[in-house]
Amino acid sequence: MPAEPHAAPHTHEPDEVPHTHPDPGVDPHAPLAAGARALRVGIGGPVGSGKTALVAALCRALGDELRLAVVTNDIYTTEDADFLLRNGVLPADRIRAVETGCCPHTAIRDDISANLDAVEDLEAALGPLDLVLVESGGDNLTATFSKGLIDRQIFVVDVAGGDKVPRKGGPGVTAADLLVINKIDLAPLVSADLTVMDRDARARRGELPTVFLSLVQDRAASPVADWIRGLVAARVPAA
Amino acid sequence: MSLATLLVLADGRLPSGGHAHSGGLEPQVSAGRVRELDSVAEFLRGKLATTGLVAAAFAAAACARPGNGAEFDQGIDVRTPSPALRKASRAQGRALLRAARAMWTLPSAGREPHQPVALGIVASAAGLGALEAAVAAAHGTVSGAASAAVRLLGLDPYAVHGLLARLAPDCDRIAAAAAKTAGAPVDDLPAAGAPLLDIGAELHATWEVRLFAS
Repeated sequence: MPAEPHAAPHTHEPDEVPHTHPDPGVDPHAPLAAGARALRVGIGGPVGSGKTALVAALCRALGDELRLAVVTNDIYTTEDADFLLRNGVLPADRIRAVETGCCPHTAIRDDISANLDAVEDLEAALGPLDLVLVESGGDNLTATFSKGLIDRQIFVVDVAGGDKVPRKGGPGVTAADLLVINKIDLAPLVSADLTVMDRDARARRGELPTVFLSLVQDRAASPVADWIRGLVAARVPAA
Repeated sequence: MSLATLLVLADGRLPSGGHAHSGGLEPQVSAGRVRELDSVAEFLRGKLATTGLVAAAFAAAACARPGNGAEFDQGIDVRTPSPALRKASRAQGRALLRAARAMWTLPSAGREPHQPVALGIVASAAGLGALEAAVAAAHGTVSGAASAAVRLLGLDPYAVHGLLARLAPDCDRIAAAAAKTAGAPVDDLPAAGAPLLDIGAELHATWEVRLFAS
């Protein structure tokens, strides 16, 4: 049974034809070509949505199985890089901080040169890598990564930012390759309705996957780590 | 020479890494020396007359003699006492080459030449002359810092662009002077310096919290 597109919210009737929803374990894109360089995954999202905590969790989950490095774009120079160092999730030589001159979206979209330099310097210093995570500075719902910088992008929003965020849309919510709705353990405390967020995300994103996450309950960010494992495994060998 | 090509090269939206650099303004704002439009104007005039002149002269010379890049690179090294400024200049040179490789066919220019040397080599590859390279360098010296002033001080962007318009004849004058020395030996090129820019850059590089790379 092929998956059907779910462009609009819908309910399930008892006698309807069985069908599937977008599966975060299945990437709707063509496999990426494998090459000398690492898979680059951008992680963006509003201020405070949990990007750095997600990067730390992914480093813990994937650090032993993949050759991994991280580029951070915090507006305050090294805050995010320092967080990763303090938490001991990656050695210092695997983290680079990029300054963005008050414009985090510029550094990941319009002028990606400093980020490309950082990625290339990491690969030059460390040898071949499997995965480079590029974490954007906290920005707004319109921030997206340039395809000249990354291969796939994750957009992180949190329930405390309001359950209307998926409905508001914007390029991050509608077009990111994976949408992460974070801090779901807080949902009862902030009166966020996860079913509303789920329904709106499906309506906005069509076939693109969305996952719900609580790093308090799942310190390894399992659904996101699995999505990345799938991307790495799906890279086709270079011809 | 194509005027439109010069505009493409000198456009502030060229993705060549400039947005992350304040041109030395951030440390001066933090020190309280630059606070409002008048002091931004003084800062830009001082920068144009010193490091702007040097950048324009080296861009013109590298445009006239793109094969001598290594020699000009050393010439800028000895004119830049601050290691942080040398690093910032090389980072911007590298970023400019990255952008320009997608635009024109470049000769070998090394991995990380100083920005004015990269600018001269790129201008030459784009079919521009030494004077145009110098104009782009002089204008870039003030336009990057002016943009940073808008972001750091919340200044009226129209007022800041009014400032840039009033500085344009000065940019032309500096560029014309720079172009005259395009054929001179590297040791005879201008060597004007701005010690506060060097000191500010060294302090800035030690900050834990900063918005700009330099």
